[in-house]
Formats: sequence, C-alpha cells, structure tokens
Amino acid sequence: MASTGQDTAVRTGPFTRLFIYGILLVFALFYLMPLFVVIANSLKPLGEITGGNMMALPVVWTLEPWRQAWSVAQIGVEPTGLKPYFLNSILMVVPAVAISTVLGALNGYVLTKWSFRGDKIIFGLLLFSCFIPFQIVLIPMATVLGKLGLAGSIPGLILVHVVYGIGFSTLYFRNYYASFPTELVRAAMIDGAGFFRIFWRIMLPVSGPIIVVTVIWQFTNIWNDFLFGASFGGQTQPMTVALNNLVQSSTGVKEYNVHFAGAILAALPTLVVYIVAGRYFVRGLMAGSVKG
Amino acid sequence: MANHSSGADFRTRLQEWIPKLVLSPSLAAMLVFVYGFIAFTIFLSFTDSKMLPSYDLVGLENYAKLWNLSSWWVAVVNLFIFASLYIIICTVIGLMLAIFLDQKIRGEGFLRPIYLYPMALSFIVTGTAWKWILDPGIGIENSMHLWGWTSFQFNWIKDRDMAIYTVVIAAVWQTSGFVMAMFLAGLRGIDNEILKAAQIDGASNFSLYRRIVIPLLRPAFLSAFVILAHLAVKSYDLIIALTGGGPGRATELPATFMYSYTFTRNSMGIGAASAVIMLMTIAAIMTPYLYAELKEKT
Repeated sequence: MASTGQDTAVRTGPFTRLFIYGILLVFALFYLMPLFVVIANSLKPLGEITGGNMMALPVVWTLEPWRQAWSVAQIGVEPTGLKPYFLNSILMVVPAVAISTVLGALNGYVLTKWSFRGDKIIFGLLLFSCFIPFQIVLIPMATVLGKLGLAGSIPGLILVHVVYGIGFSTLYFRNYYASFPTELVRAAMIDGAGFFRIFWRIMLPVSGPIIVVTVIWQFTNIWNDFLFGASFGGQTQPMTVALNNLVQSSTGVKEYNVHFAGAILAALPTLVVYIVAGRYFVRGLMAGSVKG
Repeated sequence: MANHSSGADFRTRLQEWIPKLVLSPSLAAMLVFVYGFIAFTIFLSFTDSKMLPSYDLVGLENYAKLWNLSSWWVAVVNLFIFASLYIIICTVIGLMLAIFLDQKIRGEGFLRPIYLYPMALSFIVTGTAWKWILDPGIGIENSMHLWGWTSFQFNWIKDRDMAIYTVVIAAVWQTSGFVMAMFLAGLRGIDNEILKAAQIDGASNFSLYRRIVIPLLRPAFLSAFVILAHLAVKSYDLIIALTGGGPGRATELPATFMYSYTFTRNSMGIGAASAVIMLMTIAAIMTPYLYAELKEKT
C-alpha cells in the first residue's frame, strides 16, 4: 500500500507551518461541527432548541429525546419509535453482508485462479454493474419482487442487496487474490487437492484482511441504503427510511431533539464499525477504487 | 462407474466444471438483475407505460416529451451546477488537506479520522443534520443572531435560487475527506528522491508542487473525478433528506425526477427514459476509465 510510505521531503518554514496547522484545524472543526450539533441537541429539552442556541451545550441534560426516538416517536402512522426499524435493518444487513461476501470470495477465487476464456468480459460486466444508477433497475425490480412474492419483505431486500452487492465484493476479492502466488494453487492441484479444498485450506487462511474490508464496505453500504429500502421496503422499512419519515412528518410540533437522537441511532452502527475498524475501511476503499 | 479409469476421468472433468458452476449463480444474477433489467427499462422507455408497464411501442415519444418538460430541464441544470461545484470543491479541499497533512504534521493520526468519518454516515443522516443546521429559524442564522451579529442572514435552504448550493455544502462535507485520503495515498507513493533533487536545484515549494507533485498525481485526480461524478449523478438520498426537492422544485435532480415521474405521477415511460439518460451519462464517464483500468492490469 502506498499510504504506508514516507511523508514528503519538502521543508517548510515556521510561518508556513503555523498557517498549515491553522487550516487543518479549521477543517477539523468544519467536519466535527455537525456531530457536535447533533449530539448536543439530542440531549436538550425541545425548548432549549426552539428558544435557544443550537451551538450551545444543554443547560438541562436529558435522555428523554433518545427514549422518544427509540420507542415512542410516531413513524408513519404507528407510534413505535425507531426500534422495530432498527431491527429490520439488522435482519436485512446481516444475511445480505454474509451472502454477498461469501459469493464475492468464491467469484474472486474463480476469476483469478481458475481463469477461463471470457473471464475478463465477465469481470468487466461485474465491474460496470457496481456503478450503475439504480434508477435503471427500479421498475423491473418492483415487478419481479412482486411476482416472486417478496415485495415489501426482508427477504426481498436481502435479495436486492446481495444482487447489487456482488459486484463490489467480487472486485475486492479479485484484486486481493490476484497478488496471491498462483504457483501455490498449481502445486496443490498437482498434489490432488480439489477446488473447495484449495479454497478452504490455502486461500481462506490468508483472506483475513480482505474479508474485513469487504464486510465493512458491504455493511456500510447496505445499512446506509435508502433508495431500495424506500422502494421495496413496504411494511418492513429499514432504519434510514424510518428516520426520514420521522424527520419529514408534517403533523404536530417538530421535535428537533428527537430527530437528532434518531439520526444518531441511525448512524451509530456504521460509526461504531468505523471507529473500531476504520483503518481497514480506508485501506479497503483505496484498494478497491483507486490504483494511483 | 464402470471401471476405475472412467471414474477418475469423471472426477477431473467435474473439477473443470466446478469453477464455472460456482461462478454461475452470480453470473446469472448479474445478467438478469443488472443487464436484463437495463434492457427492460430501455424497452419501457419506448412504450406508453403509465402506472404499470405496457408493451405498446411509441418510438421516441417519451424522450421528446422528457426534453420538453421544464421540470426535467430544472433537474438537468441542477445536476450540472451541483456536479461541477461538488467535484471542483471536493477536489480542491481534498488536495489541499492531503498536501498539508503530508508535511510531517503532528497529530495526523488524530486529524485523519476526523476528516473521514462523514464517509461512514448515511446521506439521510447527513441531510437531517444539515437540514436543521441550515434552517434559519433554529440553525446557524439564529446562533449568529444570539451571539450578537443581528444582521447576519443565511437562509439559502429556503431560497429557490440558492437552495441547490446547500446541497453542495452537505455533499462536500460528506465526501471531501474521502478525496483527501485518495490524494494522500497518491502523495505517499511519490518517490522522495525526485523532490530532494528538485529542491537541490533551488525550486520553491510552490513550484515544486505545481510542476512536479501535482502532475504526478494524475491517476488520483482521474479516480477522484470518476468517483465524484458518478456519485453526483446518483445523488438521491441527500436531496430527499435535506430539501425534499424543494423549495418548490428548486433542488430536483434527475434521480428524484425519475422516482416521482415513475412512482407518483404514473408516467413510467418518461421515468424510464430519464433513467436511461442517467445510465448513459454514467456510462460515458465510467466506460473509458474501466476499460483503461482493465487493460492496464493484464
């Protein structure tokens, strides 16, 4: 990886360095400001937002907006809070990530170690499929999910996310396995090891880093998806759609503090993953999308 | 099996087929759900589909109607404004932060995750946060008033002419850190000996970057452009959460146009035509790039 290399050899004077630190700090504040606003205001009573300063810390600290957002707030027509939708997202994201990662690993293994005529074309088609605007598949997908009886269900959403997640997971594993010595695979074949045995005994034990990367990438994308959830979620909407319904609801008083608490609840899983394994996440993004 | 040798033969032939069998479900899924669906949507764009798909062909009528709709033009012009500003500003900020972070900065390990964390968030979360921050009633404008700057005005999000720029602000906030990481990876890949040699020749820091470093970052510029451009064309969630396409229709983009024409205005043919144009835009950006990437690798 290039990013593990040395800093630049360019020398800078004290005045320039002060300027650089200043700019870097200003941007750090720019990126942190919304996080501060969201957290601070989720811990205030509503009156402190409508009658006070959004940029200020709470005077009275309260967890009530969090409780409201989680289990009381009106989402659509039901006053259920975000809890059931959080559960929907979990039930959708876990199988979708697992299936697309397993398929991506097997595809990457086939495309690099068992190459055959036409495999480049197949990979090219898979690669392009990563970048299509999903509007182009919405109409037929709605029809097909209806025909399969999967419209508005968790299995339907899992199917959609697996199908459109395979491209990226295959891309990651293919790039990773491409640098793994093919001679080792050849040697194992001569020793009589079969397709799955080689995968299980030789490829999988070295796949740790790329599995982490793919799981984080798929988890983030699928958890954060809105378009598919809104189009095909029906009664089993994921967290992002529920948060949007909460914030956009036009009835009653706008409970900004509850909206902010809801936004944190929707962001928490991906943020936690990012904080715990962020370094792999970044490296994965670089490996998958940039070869600079 | 009749005898031992044909059994072994069967096994080797099976071994030859297993890789293809393993790949085939993904291949089938891709051919049906990606390319089959694309073909079907292209087909629908030539039919008189309204609320449900119809199979009566009407030629290019939907495309003619589409380009005569003022709301489609609004969406296209908005995309042009949004995409150019989004790409330029993200690139400038990303490049600047990457160059600055590359100067042996103390606390780089602390700053980098701060720049990057917005990438992990959903556009719905980003949109929700910025919607209230930019709201003149409770957000920045109100804060400035309370801090004593009573003439301060910042109501772009409520202003038809300015609302699209608030989308740029939120989108730049979300992705510029990621662009920084791309440039930083590029910078760390540059051989320091080249820089040292140029310094011995007496080049100033500014000309060093302008003449040597930035040209060497060409691949990173290209990747950043392609990724940002395709994200811009696909932008949907952020609009929904931040402005809902409003005020009025002032911040509609092709993605929101497609959705509302197809699913709420019962003009599926026109919706399909707009989706085809979105796909063609992305294909025009991606195909040369992917082609070059694939060729380079082999």
